[in-house]
Amino acid sequence: MSADGQGRNHWFDDEAGPVVRPYAMTRGRTTSEGQHRLDLIAVVVTEPDTGDPESDPTLSPEHVEIVGLCREVPQSVAELAAELDLPIGVVRVLIGDLVHAELVHVTRPVPPAELPDESILRDVINGLRAL
Amino acid sequence: MIFGRSERAKAPVEPVTLKILVAGGFGVGKTTLVGAVSEIRPLRTEELLTEAGRPVDDTSGVEGKHTTTVAMDFGRITLREDLVLYLFGTPGQERFWFMWDELSEGALGAVVLADTRRLEDCFAAVDYFERRSIPFLVGVNCFEGAARHPVESVRQALDLDDDVPLLLTDARDRESVKAVLVGLVQHAMEYAADRRGAVVR
Repeated sequence: MSADGQGRNHWFDDEAGPVVRPYAMTRGRTTSEGQHRLDLIAVVVTEPDTGDPESDPTLSPEHVEIVGLCREVPQSVAELAAELDLPIGVVRVLIGDLVHAELVHVTRPVPPAELPDESILRDVINGLRAL
Repeated sequence: MIFGRSERAKAPVEPVTLKILVAGGFGVGKTTLVGAVSEIRPLRTEELLTEAGRPVDDTSGVEGKHTTTVAMDFGRITLREDLVLYLFGTPGQERFWFMWDELSEGALGAVVLADTRRLEDCFAAVDYFERRSIPFLVGVNCFEGAARHPVESVRQALDLDDDVPLLLTDARDRESVKAVLVGLVQHAMEYAADRRGAVVR
């Protein structure tokens, strides 16, 4: 459902189809504009100059929670979904909103088709051995 | 704790994140394997499958007729403050394979966990990674009581290429799982080197 779909009137009774409740949080949106599909291990970081998100009336409690969680320790998309107990798709939309509002930024993992360089792989091996 | 000069907490470290997939049939021990090395109890993420869950950019989202939940368990290993490895157990059912496509994008490699009592359960996973040229190794989970087959016969049954490592493992045992992961990353390195070599030549 795109954002402009809100105005249409097929949201009543059976016409609406079975409502997928968690997506109510995204006002029915399943993608956010201008966002490449976020990888599960993309890391969300709250911008250092982000103030108290609770004072922003446009944000939902879930938005506020994401901003809070990612302030001290950056969190991956997968971790946020698990922490908020929301489907990944919902969390992606919420993160997209926050990126758009410049409250958080997202660091992308190694781009697909570009294997991480050898020194990183060596670090991984050494790190695993040292566990 | 030492926080450098700044009075305020400095900007948090933004780690490089990597992922390894753990594939295999239902009940083969994927989540057990993840839990054996993860620093957190394996977490569960879910995706709702509706029109909304499809990977295509379909804006006709939430009015889909069917919803199913696909669950994935994952764990985390912080190797260094700035280097974090995630392990994802892939959803077992074949109809959820589009989720694999998304998961495998940018993955370091995959561990295919096999149970010799139900070896056929991992055929699909072996096939999947072979076709997409994703480096993988096969870990034969040695369940208590499961007959131990010679490695060579398992390799033959799976029709593995010679360069695909096959290791016996115990998904519950941390050291054993560490060895599997180290083996996979080494394999991924050789694999990458071969590919780079092929480009240079």
